[in-house]
Amino acid sequence: MTRLGSAAAIGLQAISRIAQLVAVILVIATFNFVLVRAAPGDPAQVMAGQSGASDPKLLDDLRKEYGLDKPYFVQLVSHLGRVVRLDLGYSYRQRRPVVDLILERLPATLLLTVTAFCLALLIGTALGALAGLAAGSVLDTVFTVLSLVLYATPVFWLGLMLVLVFSVALGWLPPFGYETINVQLSPVAHALDIMKHMIMPVTSLAAIYLAIYARLMRSSIIEVAQQDFIKTARAKGLSGTRIVVGHMLRNALVPVVTVAGMQAGALVGGAVVIETVFAWPGLGRLTFEALLQRDYPVLLGIFLILSIVVIALNLLTDLVYRLIDPRMTTGAA
Amino acid sequence: METARAFLRHPSGMIGLLLLLVVVVVAITAPIVFPVSPWEMVGAPFTPPGEDGLWLGGDTLGRDVAAGVAYGARVSLLIGIASALAAMAIGVVIGAISGYFGGKVDLVLMRMTELFQTIPAFVLAILLVATFNPSLLTIILTIGAVSWPPLARLTRAEFLRLRHREFVEAALCQGERTWRIVLGHILPNAISPILVVTSLTVATAILLESALSFMGLGDPNLMSWGFMIGAGRTVIRNAWWMSVFPGLAILVTVLAINLFGEGLSDVLNPRVSRRRS
Repeated sequence: MTRLGSAAAIGLQAISRIAQLVAVILVIATFNFVLVRAAPGDPAQVMAGQSGASDPKLLDDLRKEYGLDKPYFVQLVSHLGRVVRLDLGYSYRQRRPVVDLILERLPATLLLTVTAFCLALLIGTALGALAGLAAGSVLDTVFTVLSLVLYATPVFWLGLMLVLVFSVALGWLPPFGYETINVQLSPVAHALDIMKHMIMPVTSLAAIYLAIYARLMRSSIIEVAQQDFIKTARAKGLSGTRIVVGHMLRNALVPVVTVAGMQAGALVGGAVVIETVFAWPGLGRLTFEALLQRDYPVLLGIFLILSIVVIALNLLTDLVYRLIDPRMTTGAA
Repeated sequence: METARAFLRHPSGMIGLLLLLVVVVVAITAPIVFPVSPWEMVGAPFTPPGEDGLWLGGDTLGRDVAAGVAYGARVSLLIGIASALAAMAIGVVIGAISGYFGGKVDLVLMRMTELFQTIPAFVLAILLVATFNPSLLTIILTIGAVSWPPLARLTRAEFLRLRHREFVEAALCQGERTWRIVLGHILPNAISPILVVTSLTVATAILLESALSFMGLGDPNLMSWGFMIGAGRTVIRNAWWMSVFPGLAILVTVLAINLFGEGLSDVLNPRVSRRRS
């Protein structure tokens, strides 16, 4: 394949990806619309939440604004139009547009999920590769048992246990929050302060995925090691390290990255619970607050935005996939 | 019989089965061992474990944590199994239609499955339970509604594999009706991997339920492990036992089901399992 040709192919793929993204957003927006109508009670009351439900003027305004007397199809089209213009409705509890509330909290969530995702992928594959290369050893058995236990641990409980050990018992780490409040810090000290607050939420969120990726990488390495091209490499007299780094790792990574992309949704879901545990000021915490107040427009908006985050993480893994899959780079595919 | 004997020789599968039996016994005997409801106050608030006859301690209101853990086993097993069955029902129907008919139907259904697999399932579950108000039924249906995609994909793959086998062609030639071919010929041959994945779904369903009740979206009438941990979260400095024991209960149960399910998978599909490990 020529260089130009492959560039065009990548361009085409990017366009089809973006089209997919738009389609998914529209499907989720439609789903949200249906959900509000399917909820028990008057849609205007659902949108207003418990706070506004007793105010007849607000309910009347809402019915007018959302055209609740018009046919469903007209309502749906105007709903989708609002979503496309990034108008996700209004939180009557917080008296602010939903999109403002979400954008304010999104960076903290992204920081948490992306860090956890990358760490889980890096450390998980490294540990899995070690275990796979030393299959049957004590190390391998320890890893296997540990990953089985982690896989069965509720994320939020793991977070609480970390708090119990590292904050309550040892006093090493701050038990909750994003930064130390009411102190003036230099930019570097501030960054370090945030990192210190991140250690436990990131660890609890990453742990399960780390276990999943490690198990996968382990079996993947064992499988690759038995293949002919590894035997050929050995026969050619390549050193052990070169075989592992140059031939085995890249090939073994492919299935792991595929699964990592599929798990992105679960990771983002886990972040919602973890943020609740650590009072991390992101979308998960906002979800919890919105649940307490039955602030429905906020919940709908969060679902839409987090779905977009997951799709973005999927795109990221696609990119990684392209970088590591040997067939992709040699142009044989 | 052969399968049962093979399972007995599977060490981790047997550990899983034994642990699971312990959990089931605790769930069944809860009302006998703890005749007083787990919602009743039986001691002083914040009783530490081992004092006043409360081996796992008392909570903020002096309720017995051990009773809560025992009754929680009933809730977790019930919701776990029921929602896994719901997921199986949805997944098998969608997967069977997709795999049997193929073509455009398959394309549309699989796109839908992919979508459900991509979006954050837990956030969708929160939204669904919040919309229809938390109750035993809505929680089971919700967990079923977000857990079916792997089962649909598996069923589809099995149906694709079996669709053109001779016994199906023979049934077609004899003019048997589609639903009889699907239910009477293909499904029975595809059932063992479906059961394995369903058993593993029970574990993820229990984890999902615990996270929902931790977030305050459990059935308010049921004492569940997630709810107990959520209640213990704010007082973790004074009463570690309130969150430690229910969490351990979840861990042991989920671990048991995973070990059991994987053992079952090794015994029922030795070919697939060997390739995986």
